[in-house]
Amino acid sequence: MSFEQTLSGWGRWPRRACMTAPLQDRPVDPAQGAAIARGLGRAYGDAAMNPDMTLMGASRDRILSFDAKTGVLVAEGGLALADLLAVFVPRGWFVPVTPGTQFVTLGGAVAADAHGKNHHVAGSFGDHVLWLDLACADGTRRRCSPDENTDLFNATLGGMGLTGHILTVALRLVPVTSAYMIQRTIPAGSLAEAMQAFEDNLDVTYSVAWIDCLAQGAARGRSLVMLAEHAAPDDLIGALRDNPFSLPPRQQRRMPMDAPSWALNRHSIAAFNRLYYKAGARKTQAETVDYDRFFYPLDAIQDWNRLYGRRGFAQYQCALPLATSYDGLLALLDVISSAGAGSFLAVLKRFGDGAPQRPLSFPIAGYTLALDFALSPETLTLFDRLDEIVVRHGGRLYLSKDSRMTRTTFDAGYGAAADRFRALRRDTGAADTFRSLLSNRLAL
Amino acid sequence: MTGAGKASVLIVGARSDIARAIAAQFAARGHPLMLAARGTDSLAREASDMSIRYGVPVTTHELDVTDLAAQAAFLDSLDPLPVCMVCAVGTLGNQDRDAKDPQAIRAIAEANFVGPTTLIEAMATRMAAAGDARAIIGIGSVAGDRGRAKNYIYGAAKAGFAAYLSGLRQKHVNTGVHVMTVKPGFVRTAMTDGMDLPGALTSSPQDFAKGVMRAYDRRATVYYDLRWRVLMTVIRALPERIFMRTKF
Ligand SMILES: Cc1cc2nc3c(=O)[nH]c(=O)nc-3n(C[C@H](O)[C@H](O)[C@H](O)COP(=O)(O)OP(=O)(O)OC[C@H]3O[C@@H](n4cnc5c(N)ncnc54)[C@H](O)[C@@H]3O)c2cc1C
Repeated sequence: MSFEQTLSGWGRWPRRACMTAPLQDRPVDPAQGAAIARGLGRAYGDAAMNPDMTLMGASRDRILSFDAKTGVLVAEGGLALADLLAVFVPRGWFVPVTPGTQFVTLGGAVAADAHGKNHHVAGSFGDHVLWLDLACADGTRRRCSPDENTDLFNATLGGMGLTGHILTVALRLVPVTSAYMIQRTIPAGSLAEAMQAFEDNLDVTYSVAWIDCLAQGAARGRSLVMLAEHAAPDDLIGALRDNPFSLPPRQQRRMPMDAPSWALNRHSIAAFNRLYYKAGARKTQAETVDYDRFFYPLDAIQDWNRLYGRRGFAQYQCALPLATSYDGLLALLDVISSAGAGSFLAVLKRFGDGAPQRPLSFPIAGYTLALDFALSPETLTLFDRLDEIVVRHGGRLYLSKDSRMTRTTFDAGYGAAADRFRALRRDTGAADTFRSLLSNRLAL
Repeated sequence: MTGAGKASVLIVGARSDIARAIAAQFAARGHPLMLAARGTDSLAREASDMSIRYGVPVTTHELDVTDLAAQAAFLDSLDPLPVCMVCAVGTLGNQDRDAKDPQAIRAIAEANFVGPTTLIEAMATRMAAAGDARAIIGIGSVAGDRGRAKNYIYGAAKAGFAAYLSGLRQKHVNTGVHVMTVKPGFVRTAMTDGMDLPGALTSSPQDFAKGVMRAYDRRATVYYDLRWRVLMTVIRALPERIFMRTKF
């Protein structure tokens, strides 16, 4: 049942021919060569790719149990958040933490220790995982939780599939009383204003900012800060009040082909950003939007990654400690806007406390900036310059978005935890059994 | 969301991607499910999944279709008699290995032809005796449309299966038992990430299952993807001397 196919991450670069086979619910055979598990391939880079063997996990997606009193869901690691939401939102439950796309698997969300727009109040995905079953390097299947196989549990959250294959996940869902969100937008004319808006609203459940990374001078860092809460039926109008879980029909669009490489350039992006900011700045009234539109605006366009053309694209996502965030972000924005490299998708977000017990979990208390760029030699040079700034400010990059950082940058960002993770991989045999292009690149 | 009032649907070979997708369609309409396959242990997962997702009762049934002697007891155990049976059993085998091994050829014939047809025959008889409108959906394969070097042992068994279903359909034209043949082509599973597959000829199991349901609602006799129907019509029309030399 194994065959070769060309794989890439969501950024469509790098691409490699990989042997693939289905991920199965059975112990790892130590005699087989090293492999890596893959979910829905939404990591941007090379995390879910191993040319020798990539194990496809997304069809292991059965729901095994659900307790309607506690909200505890047990499911196989391949269950997509999209399916989970389709089943449970109508019953009044939501995922405790969600990334910006619902086309990720539980296993992928665990392996990334994914964060959402509520990180400052809810922490990351791993904070809501009660236990998980892991197929380990020694051929055992281990239940890992905060009380059982604790080191393995912590290393698996954020561990990018490098501690074992995640077979089953127990996750606590959160109750909601509608499928809608009440959203409000605060226009912020500068980076300082944007950060102030985040700090003033730390008690709001969801917050995120779209940032205009090409604005210069006094407008550097101008942003639209979006704040939201789950809506109660009383917040809704008309027929929705009686039917708070009914959603408008979703329109799927598809990118029919790769965009030509000239479609996205400094001028088109700057023009878009200006218009977008103006439009957003006018919409300061609270709005009601369904959860799909609020959390997953991009999912409405299938294959939107083709927008960046055949060469693919890369996302740059860093986190900076609170103390250095302002200076660091300004320095990053300066380099980006003077390089004239623009990004439609530039997102700024305040992180709450991180989880230092999980060696590779990305969030740290402070700010995170994420930007998409079409790939080109210039982009890669720009990224190297951004790396220097991030490292100088004590920050780090997100492995789920990365396809190119060096081991030096990685080690500087994750510090002693990087070596703790390497030691755990060595001691458990994982280093020889679970490998990806990413783990090779970073000598994990 | 409960199955009250709706009649049960039996899925034989309930573990295949296509069977799962079709089962999900019936469950989403509120039909209780009876899932049958070898090894009910692992079917339990299938059952919890379907019952939690769709809020319908789901039962599991141990069945090895090639164990002909056990079939009657299996059918007797079904209560009530299902309104529809989906038969998705079969094994692909391995052409190169099987071609040299008479036992393997027999096993392919038993799993894809003898077992399923025996079971369907007995089921059709019981359904006809019940008198009301019921249906049997047999999952065949485009591999049965023309023997190809790549998989002609499997293809031959599936060709036999298709001929069988066609005859059964004719036999039951007046009994209220509707017989539908379904022929999947390449159905994309989550296994395939899509970059290399002939995109125009693949569909996801979910989309395919929706097509099957539309055909079922219309009481269609044969369902296959329009794209495959066109392709296979061309392939079937090729004179043998020419077909022989193609790589298809
Ligand atoms: C549009 C978009 C928006 C995003 N927004 C966010 C965001 O807001 N916050 C955030 O945190 N992330 C975000 N992400 C990143 C995404 O959440 C992660 O990359 C996630 O890991 C993807 O899950 P996947 O199922 O696609 O996994 P894949 O991409 O297939 O794999 C990702 C990693 O998980 C591992 N993995 C997958 N399944 C298993 C398993 N069963 N067992 C062990 N390891 C496994 C892989 O080995 C790999 O290291 C975003 C991605 C996209 C494309």
